[in-house]
Amino acid sequence: MKKLCLKVAAVEQLSPLVKRFRFEDPTGASLPVFSGGAHLTVEMPEGDMIRRNSYSLISDPYDGSGYEIAVRREDKGRGGSLYMHTKVAEGDEITVSVPSNLFQLDLRARKHVLIGGGIGITPFLSQLRQLDMEQKPYELHYAARSREEAAGIRLLPQAAHIHVHISEEGARMDLGAILDGQPLGTHVYTCGPDGLISAVADQTARLGWPKTSVHSEAFTAPPPGEPFDVVVKSSGKTVHVKADQSLLEALEAAKVEIDYSCRGGACGRCHTKVTACDGRILHNDHWLSDDERAAQQDIMPCMSRFKGTRLELDL
Amino acid sequence: MPKTEFSPSIDSRPTYAGLVSQGAAPAIMVADEAGAQALSDLAASDASVMDHAHVVLVGCGASALGDVTPTALHEAPDFDAATPLVTQLLNTARMGTQIYLAGSEGLIGHVSALAFAAGMPVDEIQMEHRGSIARRMQCVHCKGITEDVTTDPFTCAHCGLTLFVRDHFSRRLGVFQGVCVDAETPGVVPEVVEIQA
Repeated sequence: MKKLCLKVAAVEQLSPLVKRFRFEDPTGASLPVFSGGAHLTVEMPEGDMIRRNSYSLISDPYDGSGYEIAVRREDKGRGGSLYMHTKVAEGDEITVSVPSNLFQLDLRARKHVLIGGGIGITPFLSQLRQLDMEQKPYELHYAARSREEAAGIRLLPQAAHIHVHISEEGARMDLGAILDGQPLGTHVYTCGPDGLISAVADQTARLGWPKTSVHSEAFTAPPPGEPFDVVVKSSGKTVHVKADQSLLEALEAAKVEIDYSCRGGACGRCHTKVTACDGRILHNDHWLSDDERAAQQDIMPCMSRFKGTRLELDL
Repeated sequence: MPKTEFSPSIDSRPTYAGLVSQGAAPAIMVADEAGAQALSDLAASDASVMDHAHVVLVGCGASALGDVTPTALHEAPDFDAATPLVTQLLNTARMGTQIYLAGSEGLIGHVSALAFAAGMPVDEIQMEHRGSIARRMQCVHCKGITEDVTTDPFTCAHCGLTLFVRDHFSRRLGVFQGVCVDAETPGVVPEVVEIQA
């Protein structure tokens, strides 16, 4: 994966839990442009391991002068977002991947409806700039618990087609009202908690929307969990996965060769065959089908964990 | 006339699975005379499918539908007359509207291209072939469209080239592609045969 060594040009506190980071080329060179909904993977070296988290880009896709991301501090996470919040400061060097996109707009749509819940607003911040540039009709709905937590408000333009729903103020988002009556050719995109994504899927199915018009991204950092061991079939080596480490990170630290891209269980690149499983795989990805999960013969190491006595991977 | 079974071909060649009721959802239905029978059969399988249906009949009268009574019934003498009406229905339709097309390949191709342009995924359009297997062909050289082509090769109605009938189909235009059959050997043209299903 191609990497870029950039400089942290700005850090800004957007809300009590969310910080915005701007990265620029140290020589001022122009960076590759991207498309709305793209993300990049940030490397966070700590001790002898490198943690990598993916974050949606929130800046203008056509502006190569810098990349911006917004990171929500997850105190119960593995430590990636805490690293970003406590260890990264203006002037630091930082290594990131080139942008890639698993949540692009379908430009055949006649209208786009964007629905973001909480920090799930981030991919839409770049998408709406693309939609403005291409002069495509869209409406954006941003739901947050309180105005204080709604970091996205400061990053959103004020316009009649941008709607903010603050549940604490009694303005809960009404998906039925938003989705019913949209013109033929509308596509809907949802990013946020699983509950929001499944509520949009349920509502659109009830209204008879084609499945191909419904898009979502549940992009989350890997959850921590109980430590476990995994056996690499080719070498017979046992790798220990610590509580605050993902299986992918543990394999990388043990120099086991494995491909990856999104590190959020969405792209399918790290899909690995399981050759022995005595226990239960804790699937946390959005890639495998329900049947594949139940069969326990496949695992997505970027997100999923294991509880049991023996897990052997075809690596 | 029963629904047509076509012989297997390349992936781009459309197949028509037959109309299946999607219930009492808003619907736009377009059929020619042979296709009107498929709409009657559809209504017989589930009467509620006509509860919110706009039916456009091309080249035939309401009697072709039998005793089926949709919400609205429109008649047009040909495609050209039907196009503004179908386009208007598509442009004012909402998400969840179902589209049912029945009749010749020309009708299905023409209207599915209008629906595709209105943002309807082609896979979500209900289609059933009835009647003539004549094709709507585009000349890949002059881009002119010749309707009701029943032989292979045929003469382009616009530029006069002799065109080979391909199974290669454009979903954007709703037409099969016709390619000059004697470009390498001018005047040497294969024997003309009837198009088969």
